[in-house]
Parts: sequence; C-alpha cells; structure tokens
Amino acid sequence: MSEYARWTRRSADLWPEFAGELAGETGVSPHYYKAGGVHTCLSEEELQARTNLIERMRQVHGPERYEARVLDRRELAEMLPGLGEAVIGGSWSPHDGHASPLHLLRALHAGLLQGRGRYHADARVTAIARDGSGYRVTTAAGVFAAERVVLAAGLANRALAPMVGLSAPVSPLKGQILVTERAATVLPMPTAFVRQTEEGTFLMGDSYEDSGFDTASRPNVMAEIARRAARTFPFLRKLQVVRAWAALRVMSGDGFPIYEQSRTHPGAFVVNCHSGVTLAGAHALALAPMIARGRLDEEFAAFSAGRFDVQAHRDVA
Amino acid sequence: MFKRIATSRKARLSFDFEGHRLEAEDGDTVAAALLLAGERVLRSTAVSASERGPFCLMGVCFECLVEIDGIPNRQACMVKVLPGMRVRRQRGAARVGST
Repeated sequence: MSEYARWTRRSADLWPEFAGELAGETGVSPHYYKAGGVHTCLSEEELQARTNLIERMRQVHGPERYEARVLDRRELAEMLPGLGEAVIGGSWSPHDGHASPLHLLRALHAGLLQGRGRYHADARVTAIARDGSGYRVTTAAGVFAAERVVLAAGLANRALAPMVGLSAPVSPLKGQILVTERAATVLPMPTAFVRQTEEGTFLMGDSYEDSGFDTASRPNVMAEIARRAARTFPFLRKLQVVRAWAALRVMSGDGFPIYEQSRTHPGAFVVNCHSGVTLAGAHALALAPMIARGRLDEEFAAFSAGRFDVQAHRDVA
Repeated sequence: MFKRIATSRKARLSFDFEGHRLEAEDGDTVAAALLLAGERVLRSTAVSASERGPFCLMGVCFECLVEIDGIPNRQACMVKVLPGMRVRRQRGAARVGST
C-alpha cells in the first residue's frame, strides 16, 4: 500500500522534531537518534527479497527521495563492528532511526499530564452511548463524557468499534524478544534484528507466530532468535540474556493501520496499528491535529476498514 | 576477615586472578575463594566506576561480577573454581565486538 509507505516515511521524517518537542516539554528524552538503520541478510533469498523491497520503495517515493540501498558484505562490515561471516549482505537506509519505547511511553504520559490530560488506569470500557452531540463512555473506573472518542485500545478495538458503528478487524500476531545484559556501546546504528539501546543492552528479535492471545516465551522460538543474532554478531555469544518476553502485535488483515471516523457516530474515531513507535511522530504531529479538527484528510480513506469488505456487484433496482 | 571453617579435607587447586596465582579448595565458588584471599573489590560499576564486591553470595545482587576465561559479567558467587581458571575484575560495562 503506497499510502502506508508514504505515511511511515512521513513519520520517520517527523521524528526528529517530535523527539525534540517531547524532550523539551517533558524533560524526558525518548533516546531518539537517527543514524540510519541496517537490515542484515543471511542468505541469497533474503538478500533478493530485500533488493526487491527497496526497488518497490524507490518507485513509491521517487528515487531522489528514497536513499536506501543494498550493500555487500564488505560495506556492511565497515559500518558494523563484529559483523559475523554468515552475513552475506544487506541494506542500509538513512531514513531509519532508533527510539526507546520505554522512554517514549514515559515521555508521552508526562506530556499528557502536562497538557492537563488525565490517565485512568484499570478503566475497561463496557459501553459507549450517544450523549447530546457527544458520547458517554462507561468504564470500570466511572463514566466519562466527551465530544470526541478515539478508540486506541489495540486488539480490544475489535470489541469497541461496533459500539460506534465502526469495525476494527484486528488479530494478535505474537512476537518474542530477548534482551542481554548491558555492554559498552558497539553498534553505531540499529539493525532490523539486533539493536543496542542507549543503556547498553542488546535487543534481539523478532518472530511471528499466530497463536492467539498466548504471550508465553517459548524455548524453540527463543533459540531461533538467539541463533540468528549470534550468527549476525558472534560476540553476542559472550553476553548473557537477562530478560525475554513475548507480546502481541495488533495486526489488520493486510498488516496496515486502520484510521477512520464513524459515519454513523461523528466524532468517534478508530486508530489501530502495530508500529506505534515508528508511527508516533506522524500520530502526534499529523493525525492528532486531524482528529482535534474533527476530520481526517482525504487520503486517509485508504486506511478505512472498508477495504477489508468483500466487494460485490449487485443490480440496483 | 574471612576464614575457612575446617570441615573435611578437599583437593587444593589453583587459579589465576588478575595475573596472580591464588589457591582454592575444590567446591569453592570464585567469590568465596577471592574473599578468602582478601580480595574485596571484584568490579567497578558501568555508570560511575565505583568499586563493588560480593554482597548477597546467592546470585541475586550482581555485585560480584567478574570476567572468567574471557566471558564478561559472570557472577563470581555462582561459579565454582576450576583448576587454571583465569579471573579478572569486571571493569565497567562489558566490552564485546570491537576487539
């Protein structure tokens, strides 16, 4: 979906400004740096798939605006100390960066409170009803009234959306992550599978499993993640894994976000995506102003859930 | 400060700490052997480089970290001494990859 390619790129371009604003307003830095990013490939098939993807992106953005390129082993080894022999090549993009999801979440909460917002924990929604020109939202923590309601509950949107005439056909896709102990900074930029945080830990993953709402760490997948990470950067074998976890991506049928305002319940919006960190820049600086204004831009029609409906022709009597 | 409570006679063995030869008994943990040898400082912290030594002796506090046979950040209290083992202080964050 070319609209998504442009949207995620727009977010990458907005991130520097977004990170600066957040840190300036809240004093909490999301540890953002834009050093570019690398995707490492361990086989010819992976490298070919990567090469094809970059060619498609070049066509979407226009070659002059998309500077990612395929690199051979030698070029990659110059960029990444300790690169394993198993890496045959990869790609590098100057548009990529790294942010700490933990610090980002803290900064967003701090920003919300500073903007006189309130966060109510343990407030599971049980009903949404019209209330004059706005809505009444009944939760476990009380009833809230508002002119606008934005459903941003991830997988729970599936149940919430029909309450306001929307649909959010999203399902869980499990991913697992391993985290090592801290080490002195080695990697100057993130790679898609291994990245080093500002504190020095290495994050390794990802994985894709369709296993419902199960969030247990499983040894077979953990072993595969560790194996791939150690082949990519053999020095990781010396470090101990100190944490492992699994979480659920919020996936729509085609993997792209859902942004839509209800036709039957104006002022009610659904927001669903699985790349909340990458898209945070565009969500904060582009999407939120549209919601505040009460209307999504024309091109957002591409992100409405109607795209998942089966298109059937019928005669109009 | 520390002294061994004499129980049964066990095999003596030697290992290396920061280039010095130290004695231990079969079954000693690295932390116990180093404390018996009078070594109180086993690591410096990654953030402020302040000195730390064994504290909990049961694998929880991570204050006794050392490098053992080239592997950084081993818990000295959880590893038994083996003959010829090479142990060094863990100075700051582990260094991997660039060497």
